[in-house]
Amino acid sequence: MQLGVIKIENDKKFQIKELILKKNVKKESRSSILSLRKINWRPYAMVIALAVIAIFFQINTNGIFLRARNFSILMRQMSIIGIITLGMALLIISGNFDLAAGSTVALAGGVAAVMQVWYGWNTLSSVLIGVLVGGLLGTWQGFWVAYRKIPSFIVTLGGLTMFRGIYLVITKGITITPLTKSFTFFAQGFVPKNLGMALAIFSCLVYTVLVIQGTASKKNYGIKPDSVIIMICKIVLVSGIIILTVIMMNYYLGIPIPVIIMLVIALLLNFISIKTVFGRNLYAIGGNIEAARFSGINIKKTIMIMFVIMGALCALSGILLTGRLDGATASAGTMFELDAIAACVIGGTSLKGGKGSISMAIIGALVMASLDNGMSLMNISSYAQYIIKGLVLILAVWFDVAAGQKNE
Amino acid sequence: MDEEDIVTKYILEVKDLTKEFPGVIALDNVSLHVKLGEIHAVIGENGAGKSTLMKILSGVYPYGTYKGRVIIDGSERHFRNVRESEEAGVAIIYQELALANNLSIAENIYLGTSKGSKYGIINWDQKNHEASEWIRYVGLEEQPSTIVMDLGVGKQQLVEIAKALSKKAKILILDEPTAALTENEVEHLANILRDLKKKGITSIFISHKIQEVLKISDTVTVIRDGKTINTLSNYELNEKGIISMMVGRDFSHRFPERKYQKTDQLIMEVKNWKLAKPKSLDKYVFKDINFKLYRGEILGITGLMGAGRTELVNSLFGVYGGETSGEIYVCGQKVMIKTPEDAIRRGIGLLTEDRKRFGLNLSGSIRSNISLASIAKFSKYGYINENKEIRECEKYVDSLKIKMTSLDNLITKLSGGNQQKVILARWLMVNPTILLVDEPTRGIDVGAKYEIYILMDALLKNGIGIVMVTSELPEALSMSDRVLIMREGRLVKEFDNNNLTEEIIMKYATGSD
Ligand SMILES: Nc1ncnc2c1ncn2[C@@H]1O[C@H](COP(=O)(O)OP(=O)(O)OP(=O)(O)O)[C@@H](O)[C@H]1O
Ligand SMILES: [Mg+2]
Repeated sequence: MQLGVIKIENDKKFQIKELILKKNVKKESRSSILSLRKINWRPYAMVIALAVIAIFFQINTNGIFLRARNFSILMRQMSIIGIITLGMALLIISGNFDLAAGSTVALAGGVAAVMQVWYGWNTLSSVLIGVLVGGLLGTWQGFWVAYRKIPSFIVTLGGLTMFRGIYLVITKGITITPLTKSFTFFAQGFVPKNLGMALAIFSCLVYTVLVIQGTASKKNYGIKPDSVIIMICKIVLVSGIIILTVIMMNYYLGIPIPVIIMLVIALLLNFISIKTVFGRNLYAIGGNIEAARFSGINIKKTIMIMFVIMGALCALSGILLTGRLDGATASAGTMFELDAIAACVIGGTSLKGGKGSISMAIIGALVMASLDNGMSLMNISSYAQYIIKGLVLILAVWFDVAAGQKNE
Repeated sequence: MDEEDIVTKYILEVKDLTKEFPGVIALDNVSLHVKLGEIHAVIGENGAGKSTLMKILSGVYPYGTYKGRVIIDGSERHFRNVRESEEAGVAIIYQELALANNLSIAENIYLGTSKGSKYGIINWDQKNHEASEWIRYVGLEEQPSTIVMDLGVGKQQLVEIAKALSKKAKILILDEPTAALTENEVEHLANILRDLKKKGITSIFISHKIQEVLKISDTVTVIRDGKTINTLSNYELNEKGIISMMVGRDFSHRFPERKYQKTDQLIMEVKNWKLAKPKSLDKYVFKDINFKLYRGEILGITGLMGAGRTELVNSLFGVYGGETSGEIYVCGQKVMIKTPEDAIRRGIGLLTEDRKRFGLNLSGSIRSNISLASIAKFSKYGYINENKEIRECEKYVDSLKIKMTSLDNLITKLSGGNQQKVILARWLMVNPTILLVDEPTRGIDVGAKYEIYILMDALLKNGIGIVMVTSELPEALSMSDRVLIMREGRLVKEFDNNNLTEEIIMKYATGSD
């Protein structure tokens, strides 16, 4: 009986089906307005967390925390570990780790310092040799992970002790100092205020052009672009942040050069992770290495390149660190890898691989740096700082897990 | 009938169940009534909401995340997690297998139960013994200590069933248990369910195979677009009726007419192809494989599970453990295929059998999953033109009718069948000359199957050749130009597909010729 109805009123049923569909669509849009679940809450949660931290320290440090001078210091402190964090994020996304990051920092920075202090090389050559050493160490690790299938945890755990050992053998544990002015300038210098502001305005213009171009290109391909309002919001928000930050920096001495270096690297890696085949492959490999293999992705090559990039970034960080301390010290870079991994995780990078982003990782690094800086301003002992940072890490991940379950 | 009567009659009642995901209403006032001790089939198109319903019954989606009532044995239940539903006697086997790959069969069966352990120490001898009973009951011949990873999908499915049974459930829910099984195994499973029925255990199962539903079930509930369409007893049903209820329109043919015919242009030839097992060169996975593939043809390869079909197509795609020998010619040229990269470069694509393990990137979006194998097409100097990528992806979403809200959603938000379509889209996008497909319509509803057959036919028009491994004999018979039968690692027979019947195929596949 039921069947008969369906057969005879075939057309009508179709109309009904369409009506149902339309109804569903209506319901859909309503429910998406009503429920916050559809929004990717993570970036907002991170920004809110950051704001809470900032306000907390602002109150408890009698307003020192957000002063221009402290802000500048905070950003400079952040930049050195921030650079490693960026590479680490991509590495973790691809399903790997680098526990040797801190030792690579030490060895590469150390070699650069040795070349300059002991052999009198000029700054450019010393920096280049440092980066080269970092790249080679990355190649070494990449080779074992990619081509010999040793888990990165093991390979880099080996690197952690090996690289530091080599560093200590070379320097015999003494501090290599002093460096030339031009070497320390990279780590301690500032961009002149006018130039900084010009750079800021230029970046805003570039961003505006990119947004408009993106919209045009979307239209070209018949894809619905963002509405004009959203576009304007984006431009205003991003430009606002850039200009405000630079104004704040200019209140003190200008933009610190390491900060500029970190931001440039962040932009570059963000671009690579989202817009390039290489970046896409990192996500695919971390997400499901078998599926990646069956899709013809060259896993070995991709992982290898990633480790080389990571090595070079560690080297850069090491050079900045050496420059800031005006010398290579025996303990340089210890535990950097852990801070970097923690920052990635706080920024929502999944340790299982396949998930995460550069922009969130950098916010994670900012959270970590703010905690360090704020707690020091509050005169909390470094022992207690360790405890608090560990707790924050666990809580952040717990929050993530709990919120993720709700989202399901 | 008075109230009392109805309450005792049903072991499970679902009333006015509504479940929303962001942007999707998966279930819309669904009701389901299951009688004590019956075998109850739930059917419906991909994305109709079947799995979602079962996940509510088993506490995966806890009370409070849906509206409506779940009544078991006359009392309303509010499961907050899977453990609570298990305590109430509900055991479920999910559509996506949930076994721990690196553990043994016995360990998997007793995963998560603490029964039989003293002071938290597990008596493995006793466990293995108990497990082996369940293992034999479901018809597995493996040792309890066999690692699950070494089993094929079909056998893993049987392990899942053994695991569910070991929980001594009153209600056993099976979400597409037969998708990966061969006909013999399906028959075996049917016997298990009938046996359970005698013991008073109720089974609810989901399937896209209508024939099998008719054969096994007492009652059938049809769900469409998140709504219950009808519940009917087995004797009121026929295949055509069920299908039209499922898709909401008349649906007379399960297979389309082939429009494009085989040519005599050779595109692939495999000569003396052999795969030796790693470390023991005299043992082989398959050997003496010789076949030709022509432009515009579908070459069906069928046989029992374990005959080496999957291993064969994987090896042609450059994925194998062990030593291969023999020759492969593509378009007349001898080729060496050592990795999937080589294969894709030669114009070969492979839709794998196990979509979760070898196909899906579960942490990726729908878009990145579709374009995974052809991202190079949308890029210049390594830079991806995302707009172009999105356009292309949309095309395949439309032509395969993938049910989704946004390309940038996670792939895990799709129903099982739609995930399969995503992987198919991936390989169509590669635009291969030779497409190897391993169980291409597994877990796909009749309507979508039909569309996939039409798509395969349309691909032939472009001059490609398709090698189709399938356990579904009707599919092999209706779609292929020639049928190869594999048994124990060898090609035992090649047929031109005329006057061929399921019986003939089975005879050669089982070796009873
Ligand atoms: N976690 C989730 N988030 C968002 N949407 C979901 C989620 N799970 C399922 N859906 C949506 O709910 C609908 C019903 O999905 P469900 O998995 O229940 O389908 P199904 O009937 O089991 O289909 P199939 O036969 O393909 O397995 C689909 O439209 C699906 O996209
Ligand atoms: Mg399902």
